[in-house]
Amino acid sequence: MAIYVDKNTRLIVQGITGQAGAFHTKACKDYGTNVVGGVTPGKGGENFEGIPVFNSVADAVLKTKANATMIYVPAPFAADAILEAADAGIETIICITEGIPPLDMVGVKQYLKTSKSVLIGPNCPGVITPGQCKIGIMPGYIHKPGKVGVVSRSGTLTYEAVHQLTQRGIGQSTCVGIGGDPVQGESFLEVLKKFNEDPQTEAVIMIGEIGGTAEETAAEWIKGHMKKPVVGFIGGQTAPPGKRMGHAGAIISGGSGKAADKIAALEKAGVHISLSPASLGETMEKALKAK
Amino acid sequence: MKIHEYQAKELFRKYQIPVPNGKPAFTVEEALSVAKGLSDKGPWVVKAQIHAGGRGKGGGVKVAKTMEEVKTYSQDILGMNLVTVQTGPEGKTVKRLLIEDGAQIAKEYYVAITLDRAVSKLCIMVSPEGGMDIEHVAATTPDRIYKEWVHPTVGLRDFQARNLAFKMGFTGNAFKQCQDILKKLVKLYLENDCTLAEVNPLIQSKDGNLCALDAKLDLDENGLFRHPSFQELRDLNEEDPSETAAKKFDLSYIALDGNIGCMVNGAGLAMATMDIIKLEGGNPANFLDVGGGATEEKVKEAFKIILQDSKVKAILVNIFGGIMKCDVIAKGIMGAARELKLSVPLVVRLEGTNVEMGKKLLEESGLKIITATGMKEAAQKAVAAVEAH
Repeated sequence: MAIYVDKNTRLIVQGITGQAGAFHTKACKDYGTNVVGGVTPGKGGENFEGIPVFNSVADAVLKTKANATMIYVPAPFAADAILEAADAGIETIICITEGIPPLDMVGVKQYLKTSKSVLIGPNCPGVITPGQCKIGIMPGYIHKPGKVGVVSRSGTLTYEAVHQLTQRGIGQSTCVGIGGDPVQGESFLEVLKKFNEDPQTEAVIMIGEIGGTAEETAAEWIKGHMKKPVVGFIGGQTAPPGKRMGHAGAIISGGSGKAADKIAALEKAGVHISLSPASLGETMEKALKAK
Repeated sequence: MKIHEYQAKELFRKYQIPVPNGKPAFTVEEALSVAKGLSDKGPWVVKAQIHAGGRGKGGGVKVAKTMEEVKTYSQDILGMNLVTVQTGPEGKTVKRLLIEDGAQIAKEYYVAITLDRAVSKLCIMVSPEGGMDIEHVAATTPDRIYKEWVHPTVGLRDFQARNLAFKMGFTGNAFKQCQDILKKLVKLYLENDCTLAEVNPLIQSKDGNLCALDAKLDLDENGLFRHPSFQELRDLNEEDPSETAAKKFDLSYIALDGNIGCMVNGAGLAMATMDIIKLEGGNPANFLDVGGGATEEKVKEAFKIILQDSKVKAILVNIFGGIMKCDVIAKGIMGAARELKLSVPLVVRLEGTNVEMGKKLLEESGLKIITATGMKEAAQKAVAAVEAH
């Protein structure tokens, strides 16, 4: 078991013939992901590295029975690409694209409430179930199959956490990058709920950052429901208020979204806080031993 | 992207949201000619145009009763270093004015729209306690702030506009005017990819009519592709020159007060690097994300931007090369360090693909590069380098 993606995942790539799309499609395929098709409107009938390309997601689903998509479509068109995937009945939509206007995402988010699709991202590194399926831009080789779930708003900081775990011989069940945007698909809460129910996952690392209140919401739920130990880190403890730190979501505005508030909420919920980003692996090792 | 009050008011006019008559002025002469084109006998308001709030308290807004006063106040405010709660102690130099007709204020209100990310809807907030610092109202009398949540594709419904107008206490014609203004403001927000719209104060004048006395709009950088003309609204004088230079090379840079310059790939790791520097007793000089594709050119530009800050006493490079190979990054760093004749200590932590090759290249480069394994060691070495400097 794992969450979102596993060896049964049948992936298509929206924007497969673009530069980033092509590069990462190849990397995912090399990792062992079952890439069954690609979509680039106007290039239907062609193929990329032996992968058939379709004009629409609906076409691709019909011909390949795909159940997941990875989106590399440029920001101005990415919201539409998400909606197209949802309309075609794709179960898991993973959107890597950075820079989608939040107002577009607000519409997408409301629309998705009427569909069964689950969205991860946008502006995220993707999802990987080590040894089974990699969907996204993360370096596959730093991962190791195992029992710790990872959920994070950041890309490279997730790699840092995974690297620390793998170095200590601790493998991962699934690593989910939920992305750094203010309006996103799956939040900490939804991913934690899935990890809680996943038999393979025995503990979870959650990496949050300043901005918004998603960490506080998750903390509230962890307190009453989480059956497994959670290790937490909040990035941006030293960030000045009101500045946008690269991630559109990481802005402290109007008094909410501070790192200190998030850390306090998580500690109250029994989360093992690692104040230093260098101690994530060590903190998890201790949490697993104390279990 | 922030824009000036007068630019926001132009957009308000386009949406028929009532604002005072007025125009921007860049010189005292212009200010006088604008005032002469407004009401005959005044009063006129001379308002400093900077990208920060709290201008009134800082002395950047004056009411002139005579043309002579328009001249005096314009002279005073143009070129002044305006310090407000939002500019920080260094303040901002005023280079533009807005000259407007004065208003006969009966009562002040507050209206704002922003994105509520928790529910993925717009939140429109109003208060009958306008004019004051709204954070103060929110802290002391939160029950005096009223909110409605707006579905992005449905817009502000009649009943919501009505409810808000009731809460603000309007009756008669003003009750209708208020609803009209709120709906137009939501329309403006949605059609122009705003991230914030704020009217503080919205006033009821002595004749009973409503008017947006102030206007603040923040525009979404990611939405600018839909509004090419908005590029003209950008005022580079109001933006940090280093941040602007960084943007040109697709780098994300924010200046801070410390002395350890940082270059990191990925926003989350960049924030975490700042945090660990602080934990180890140092102070980051900046936030800098070189992005996923850190090319040699980008690394060089990043160094240049970091080194423009004279406070920088050491540089910490923290790269987790996933897709990028560490040996390629190492070559980029070496090239940049040689070309720029780097004089401050440089601590480099590389991790990821080909890390050993990368480290070896750095150690054998003959350059004074301190290599580190792990973030903690890197931060400690950077802090020590500053202390030894």
